[in-house]
Amino acid sequence: MREDASISINEIQEQIIREMARLDDWMEKYEYLIDLGRDLPPMETALRRDEYSIAGCQSQVWLMPRMRDGRMNYVADSDAKITRGIIALVLRVLNNQPPRDIAAAELYFLDRTGLRSNLSPSRANGLAAIVKQMKAAAAARMNT
Amino acid sequence: MVFTGTTYKKINTAQVLDVDKVRKDFPILARRVNGRPLIYLDNAATCQKPRAVVKRIVDFYTRNNSNIHRGVHALSERASGEFEAARETVRQFLNARSTREIVFTQGTTDAINLVADSFGADFLSKGDEIIVSGMEHHSNVLPWQRICARRQAALKVLPCEHNGRLRVEDLDRLITENTKLIALVYVSNVLGVRNPVEEVIRRARARGVPVLLDGAQAVAHFEVDVRALDCDFFAFSGHKLYADTGIGVLYGKEQWLRILPPYRTGGGMVQSVGPERVRYAGLPLKFEAGTMHVAGALSLEEAIHYLRKLGFDSVRAHQRRLMDYAEGRLRALDGVTVYASPSRRYGAVSFTIDGVHPYDAGLILDKLGIAVRSGTHCAEPLMRKYGVGGMVRASFALYNTRDEVDALIEGIRRVQELCGECKSTRSLQ
Repeated sequence: MREDASISINEIQEQIIREMARLDDWMEKYEYLIDLGRDLPPMETALRRDEYSIAGCQSQVWLMPRMRDGRMNYVADSDAKITRGIIALVLRVLNNQPPRDIAAAELYFLDRTGLRSNLSPSRANGLAAIVKQMKAAAAARMNT
Repeated sequence: MVFTGTTYKKINTAQVLDVDKVRKDFPILARRVNGRPLIYLDNAATCQKPRAVVKRIVDFYTRNNSNIHRGVHALSERASGEFEAARETVRQFLNARSTREIVFTQGTTDAINLVADSFGADFLSKGDEIIVSGMEHHSNVLPWQRICARRQAALKVLPCEHNGRLRVEDLDRLITENTKLIALVYVSNVLGVRNPVEEVIRRARARGVPVLLDGAQAVAHFEVDVRALDCDFFAFSGHKLYADTGIGVLYGKEQWLRILPPYRTGGGMVQSVGPERVRYAGLPLKFEAGTMHVAGALSLEEAIHYLRKLGFDSVRAHQRRLMDYAEGRLRALDGVTVYASPSRRYGAVSFTIDGVHPYDAGLILDKLGIAVRSGTHCAEPLMRKYGVGGMVRASFALYNTRDEVDALIEGIRRVQELCGECKSTRSLQ
């Protein structure tokens, strides 16, 4: 049982699905994602180290998982704008959630918003790997 | 030449490509992608297939499918005959002396690996050198890197200039008595630059060094005559010439193929097999172990017939005009950098958009129905040379039109709008 009144992973996913349903086509979706990416605080260059890097053939992704007050706190970034936007969404869903919830989370909003198609080719971008690594990092911290 | 829409009215020469008509030969071009008409500008990756080529593959499997060079039954005889006829068609296409010089492979990559492996086994030893250029596709670097590492040989690079010009004059200095082979891309898959291979071969010949040409991006864009070129090896892929994937060709001078050891061993490439010794089959079967991609070879023959019927000259002239048009329009765009500036560009043109990651550009263009390539194009050394992490590439085939180039330009403008620095006015809240 969660002790606080903070919003759950699935509640945030539902919010995002509702928001994106208002977007008529892919151009609007991309515009929305690019805006989100623009608002995402950039990861410090010093942190863009190999140990945090998830290399893709086309765009690069960096991920630094941390734990704060029993909740996960991820810092992530990408060199591509649309990828940054999707990262912003994933962070909105998973940041400040308990590791146990993240490890068990099903990120169905990626399918429902059509964004999954932007994640599948793992060679092309590091996005598919980032979700996996976020969950793995959470799972590793479940008992700490 | 007068342009009217997508059809040309020719003034001087007899045969003009009727692009509207030609497009009907490619069923895939009629489909929609992401709700928009497909604009396929990724032809340097692979070309679409005309109906005749697809039909040839279907016909083979519905009528004559059989393994070749093995059975005495009717179908095997027929399949073998068709396969060898395809080899003869390829021989004519390249103007090779003999079909013994035409080896079917899986593609360009496979052909280069064949030469690297076989040549490396018998003709490369410690301290020897192989030369490649600074604008190679990885497929003409990695096989050489690997064989050089194995044989403790060195891989040297003939550089190119910022404008895409190969520094041919450096070759005389670069070639030493230890240089065993030069492997060079004929047309850059990124820049569309046609390298002065004749000059390279002349200088190499003077020093007794054999030359392999990676012709993957060349064959669809101009005539290749291996005898006139006097290259030692020439590799290309069927699928970049409107044929099936998984089929390609290695041309090798007979004197070379005769002395190179086989690449793979197995069925179909032997004359007799004893307990300890084996006698290999003659050329070119010595290099064709295992069951070949017969339908692929037939599709390649059909593609060559198809191009011949359209007229090689009119196809190539159309592609050149289209490239000139595309280059002009791209260069006129603000905030777009076009890479290299050859006097004539063949097939592919690569660019970046200021402040826009090529990956974002590729995604947005895709949603507009425009298929381009973004990324490093399997040419990371070249990306490093230009100091970019990737580029966007548009590449053209015989069925592309000026309208499609215009759509690309409009698409780039949309990308610029979307990815521009000023925040969009749209708000969800």
